[in-house]
Amino acid sequence: MNITQILFWFLTVLAIGSSLMVITSRNPVYSVLSLIVTFFALSGHYILLNAQFLAIVNLIVYAGAIMVLFLFVIMLMNLNAETEPQKNKWLRFAGIIAGGCFLLVMVAALRDADSRAATAMTTYGETGLIQHLGKVLFNEYVVPFEISSVLFLSAMVGAVVLGKKE
Amino acid sequence: MPINLYIFVALALFCIGVIGVLTRRNAIIIFMCIELMLNAVNLLLVAFSKMHLAEMGSAAPALANNGTDAQLFVFFIMVVAAAEVTVGLAIIVMMYRNTHSVDVNFLNRLKN
Repeated sequence: MNITQILFWFLTVLAIGSSLMVITSRNPVYSVLSLIVTFFALSGHYILLNAQFLAIVNLIVYAGAIMVLFLFVIMLMNLNAETEPQKNKWLRFAGIIAGGCFLLVMVAALRDADSRAATAMTTYGETGLIQHLGKVLFNEYVVPFEISSVLFLSAMVGAVVLGKKE
Repeated sequence: MPINLYIFVALALFCIGVIGVLTRRNAIIIFMCIELMLNAVNLLLVAFSKMHLAEMGSAAPALANNGTDAQLFVFFIMVVAAAEVTVGLAIIVMMYRNTHSVDVNFLNRLKN
C-alpha cells in the first residue's frame, strides 16, 4: 500500500464521514462545519488527481465564500437544535430507504461495467495546471465565461432585490 | 487509482446528499445537501478527466491537454453554484422573515 492509496482512503473516509455528519447533526452550525471538512477532503482529492487549479478554486469559492454565507445566514436566524423542525419517523425512514435503494441500484449497475480496467491518473499529467486550463478557457470557452459574468450580475441584482425590505 | 473506486465514492456522497434532502425539513440543510450532490458530480468529472488522460496519454503523448474540458465543466459548475447559493439564501432569508421558521412544510401552501 503506497502513499497514494493511503491518502486516497484517508480522504475518502474523511469525506464520507463528515458528509454523514452533515445530515445527522441536529445543530445547523455543526452541519456547516462538517460540510467545510467535506470540501477540504474533496480538495485533497483534487490535489491527489493533480487538478491543482480546481483544488484552490474549491477551497476559495466553496469552503471560503459559500460556507461563510451559510454561516452568516444561520447566525442571523439564530437557529439551534431546539427550534429544528423534525420530520415524522416514517417519512424519515422512507427517505433513508429510497436513498439506500438508489445507491444499491447504481452500485449493482456499475460494478460489472467495463471500466474496471481503467485507471484515473493520480499525481501525473499537466491537465489541471492553470496554464493549460487558462489557454482553453480563454480560447474555446470564452463565450460561456462571459455569459457566466452576466449570470453573476443578475444573481447579485436578484439577491439584493429579494433581500430588500419592501 | 482504479476509476471504479472514484465512481463509488462519488455515488456514496451523492446518495448521502439525496438522503439528506429527503429526511431533513430545515431549508438550509436541504440546500447544503444539494451542494454536497454538486460536489460529488465534480469529483466524478475530475476523475473521468484524468481517466481520459490515461487512455489517450500512451497513444499520443504530445497531447497534454486531454481532459481539459471536464475540468472546465467543473469550473463552470462551481460558478453556477455560487450564483445559485446567493439567490437561494436570499429566498430563505425572505421566507424566514415572513414565517419566522425555515421549515419547508410551511411552504406546502402557496397562499397566505
